Order: sequence, then structure tokens, then C-alpha cells
Amino acid sequence: MKSFSRLWVVAKKNIRVYYLKGPVLIFGVFFPAFLFFAFAIGRHLPARDLVPGLIGMAIFFTASAITPAIIPFETRTRTLERLLVAPLTISSMLAGDILAAFMFGLFVSIIPILISVLVIGVSIAHPLIFVITIILAAGCFAILGTLFAVPVTDIPADVMMLSNLVRLPLIFFSGVFMPIEQMPQWGQWLSVISPLTYCTELIRYSSIGGNHFAPATSLTILIGFTLALWILSIRLHQRNMSRRLAL
Amino acid sequence: MAEVIRAENLTRHFGDVVAVDGISFAAGAGEIFGFLGPNGAGKTTTQRMLTGALRPTSGSVWVLDHDMVQDPLGAKEHFGVVPEMANPYMEMSGWDNMMFAGELYGVSRGDRSSRSEQLLRQFGLWERHDSRVKGYSKGMKQRLMLAMALLHQPDILFLDEPTSGLDVASSRQIRATVRQFAADGGTVFYTTHNIEEANQLCNRVAIINQGEIVALDTPEALKAPFAESQSVVVAFIGQVPVAQLEVLPGVQRVQKEGDKFRLYTPQPGLVAEQVSELARQHNTHVLTINTLGPSLEDTFLKLTQRPTIQQGEASQ
Ligand SMILES: Nc1ncnc2c1ncn2[C@@H]1O[C@H](COP(=O)(O)OP(=O)(O)OP(=O)(O)O)[C@@H](O)[C@H]1O
Ligand SMILES: [Mg+2]
Repeated sequence: MKSFSRLWVVAKKNIRVYYLKGPVLIFGVFFPAFLFFAFAIGRHLPARDLVPGLIGMAIFFTASAITPAIIPFETRTRTLERLLVAPLTISSMLAGDILAAFMFGLFVSIIPILISVLVIGVSIAHPLIFVITIILAAGCFAILGTLFAVPVTDIPADVMMLSNLVRLPLIFFSGVFMPIEQMPQWGQWLSVISPLTYCTELIRYSSIGGNHFAPATSLTILIGFTLALWILSIRLHQRNMSRRLAL
Repeated sequence: MAEVIRAENLTRHFGDVVAVDGISFAAGAGEIFGFLGPNGAGKTTTQRMLTGALRPTSGSVWVLDHDMVQDPLGAKEHFGVVPEMANPYMEMSGWDNMMFAGELYGVSRGDRSSRSEQLLRQFGLWERHDSRVKGYSKGMKQRLMLAMALLHQPDILFLDEPTSGLDVASSRQIRATVRQFAADGGTVFYTTHNIEEANQLCNRVAIINQGEIVALDTPEALKAPFAESQSVVVAFIGQVPVAQLEVLPGVQRVQKEGDKFRLYTPQPGLVAEQVSELARQHNTHVLTINTLGPSLEDTFLKLTQRPTIQQGEASQ
């Protein structure tokens, strides 16, 4: 209970301080939006076919935008040591970062979801699975974001660069721009290792219909990714955290 | 004296560098424990291990009987920390920083507001409590850091050079707050490289050099070995050549200190008489003259200048 309320205190602080930081808005909101329009304009697909990719990409970029920035910023502005000496474990501190990123991902993703439903006129075939997927994916990608912040640095741009180096290639073989089964064989092989694949698969299944992997499989793997990334992130951050004080 | 902070054989390596080398000490309730040392001596590293920000390579720390490696959270609720060069959140107002600190330590909503207002007024920040910290001066930020550290009414304060770079008024206010905190039964771990500050403020002072505690005692006891090194500080209205001061009987050495001269001597009375005689010979006058006892600076310099000095020498 105590640790949950402190986690929430950290999350609230992140919301105030980091939601409007430049790199977060640029790489979390504008960048994927432009990328998506650039893609959509060049092709002559029915709008409804673009919906799973649109929503998947939105949630992927927005949820993973904030967590990489927080720790390098806290190192640079010298606010980190106060957190390390407060009655707070490193895992609740990380969880506070993740919670803020998770909420950011959910809130911003509501926009493409509303566009899909109200403007494009897509109906959600399986609302429960759809909602579970959105929530799970926001959590998974927020945790993924913390992993980009593992290298010890006080330069947020370094971390943003690393995160884009990983995030950009991922969207090309995760079923964002075309369904998995239409991708070349090598793309299908690669798609298996991307958590975004299972997210777009589940969104496709629960909205416009169609799937490459069984929904239960996708859901299980997405949960597996979330837990594995969380454990990995805690381990690595516990190892590196105090080295940041030397910067 | 009940031990509030205890370090045993505390050691920290960074690669090949031994930043802190097997130090042991204890501080009790109501005590201001000074931690004095030159740059790079290992003060900040020690405070970080005491406050749980950094794991020791070996050795142990207990704070209020909590082992800081095994059970840091139990202890952390009971202390406030002002780390070296740390900042409040620049994007938030002073007030919001206080609220954040209070919530982090589980202070109830009512106490949070009332104590914050009281502390911000006490530290002269109330007029600016609603503006962003970005616009605060260095002294204001540091006072805010101290207010944040005090908000949850801790039993212990860890302060790493809290007055460094601040003006006289801010420094005084911080020292006054520290004194009051200790008078109310709190324990203070006070890191500084300002010798005079340690002398005025601390009940006991540990002098640390190259990662080792080279002396640990009350300021007066630390000065005792230097009882013979008294001095006369004199300022003249006109000019008196230094060379003539140096050759006065009983004067061991002369040091220029601003517009004054400091003459080290075992016989301050005799030297004072000769100084005024010398002034008369040069058709000038003595503006001020003071005799001084040994200073903690002497002890500090002796102990920290030579790297191989052993702990025993301080009391010889
Ligand atoms: N995180 C770190 N990584 C590597 N070396 C470090 C680290 N922290 C401290 N050191 C080294 O350990 C030694 C002690 O440093 P420390 O900061 O504790 O000194 P200090 O007494 O606080 O000095 P100052 O008066 O300058 O603040 C120095 O040689 C420093 O370079
Ligand atoms: Mg220091």
C-alpha cells in the first residue's frame, strides 16, 4: 500500500515534469503521426485496412516515448539522488515512470481510436479483447522504453537516438503497414521477435477482423513479453543506477 | 550516548580508486557530527553510502539500528538529505516541490500544507512559493532543498556542503537551522571543507583525507596539539615592511592575510608590544591588534598535507 502510493507520487511528478518535454512530443506524437500519413498517402488502400496499423503504431510510439527520457533527465538536472535517498525502492521508482508513460500512451492513443471509429467508421468486433490489448500493449511498450534508458548517460538525446534505432525498424516487420501474412518470408521470421506484432495482430482481430496467429497465442506472448521486459529492466537498472551519480 | 549513525570499516572502491578506505565512527542523538576533508577526500562517497544511494564495497552502516544494505527503507523514512549539487525540480514551483517531498515521505495532506508554509516562511521563500524553481537563485534553491529535507520531521539530517557557494546570510540561516535541529534532539551529519564552519558548529569533527579518518575529536581537542602555535594579527594604518616583522624576537613566521599580518609566536604579549614599537618607528599606527589561539586550520593542514600521517599523531 505504502509502496503503491509512493509509486503514484513518482508518476504524478513525471506527468507534471516530462509530458511536455520536447523529445517526448516530437518522437512520441508528431513523428509517428507524420510517418503514418506519409505511408497512407502513398498507397491506395481502403482506410479501414489502415486502422490496426494506425492504432498499433500510435500506442507503440506514445507509450515508449516518456520512459527513456526520464532517467537521463533526472541525472542531468541532478534530481536523481534525492529519489535514491527517499524511502522508495528502485523498482517502485521505475514503476512510477512506467505508470506515467502508460497513461500517456493510453490518453494519446484515444485520438486514433476515435478517428478509426467515428471518422473511418470501423466497428470493434471484440471490444473486450480490444480494450485488454490496448492496456496490455501500453504497459508493455512503457516497460520497453525503460530499457532504452539503461545505458548510463545524462544526455537524453543519446537515449532517444537509441530508442529510435530500435523502434523504427521494428514497425516495418510488425504488421503495421501490412498484415503479417502479406510480408516476405524473412519479414515474417523477424516479426516473431517483435512485441508490436502481437499487439497489431490482436487489434486487427478485435477490430476489422483477420489474424495470422491465434488470438490466445498473441495474448499469451504479449503478456510474456511484458513480464520478461519488466524483470530485465529492474535487474539492469538496479545494477546501473548508482553509477549515474558520478556523471 | 545512543548511537544513531554507525559506520564500521566502511569502504568503497571505484575501479582502482579507493575513495573510502575502511572508516569507522558513530554519531549520537543531539549531535552535530562534522565530516571535514579536502576535495576528493571521500566525503560525498561516504554520505552516499550512509544514505543508501551507493552500496559499500565492504563494511557496514547502521542508521537507527537499520542495516542500510539489508533494510534501507526502514531507515530512509527517518532521515532527510541534502546531497551535494542536487536540485529541486526546476519545472515545478517551490510549493509543488514541497508537496512532492511530503508525499514521497508519506506526510499527511494537512501536515504537508501547514509545515510547508511554515518552513517556506522560515526560509524566506514564501513570497516566491508559487513561482517555478527555475527562476530561484542558488541560495534559494539550497534553502528549498533544506526545507524539503525537513518537511517530514526527520530524526537525522545528512547535509553535504550545504553552505558551499552561498552568501553569508543564507549560510548563517542554514547553520542556525542545523543548530536548532540538534538542540531539539536531532542528529546531523555535516559534511564540509570549511574549517571555521566545522569549528563553530560541530560537537565532534572527523577529519578525512584520502579516504581515511585521520583524526576524530571535539574541535578544541583537535586544536590542543597546536597550543604553542598562537598568533598575533595586526593591521597598520600606514606601511610597515614585512621583513622587519619577520625578524622581531619571538616571531616564528609571518603570513599576510588581506590587509593584516599574522605573526605566529609562543609569546603573543611580547610580540604585541614590539609591533606597536615598530609602528611608532615608522611614524604610523596600529589600526587593530588581536591575539589568537591555535586554529583548527592548523590541525587540518597538518593532518591533510602529508598523505602518510597516522591517526595517532593528532593527539601527540
Ligand atoms: N562514481 C564515481 N566513480 C568513480 N570515481 C569516483 C566516483 N565518485 C567519487 N569518485 C572518486 O572518489 C574520490 C572521492 O570523491 P568524493 O566525491 O567522495 O570526494 P569529496 O570529499 O566529496 O570531494 P569534494 O570536496 O570535491 O566534494 C575522488 O577521487 C573521486 O574522483
Ligand atoms: Mg563532495
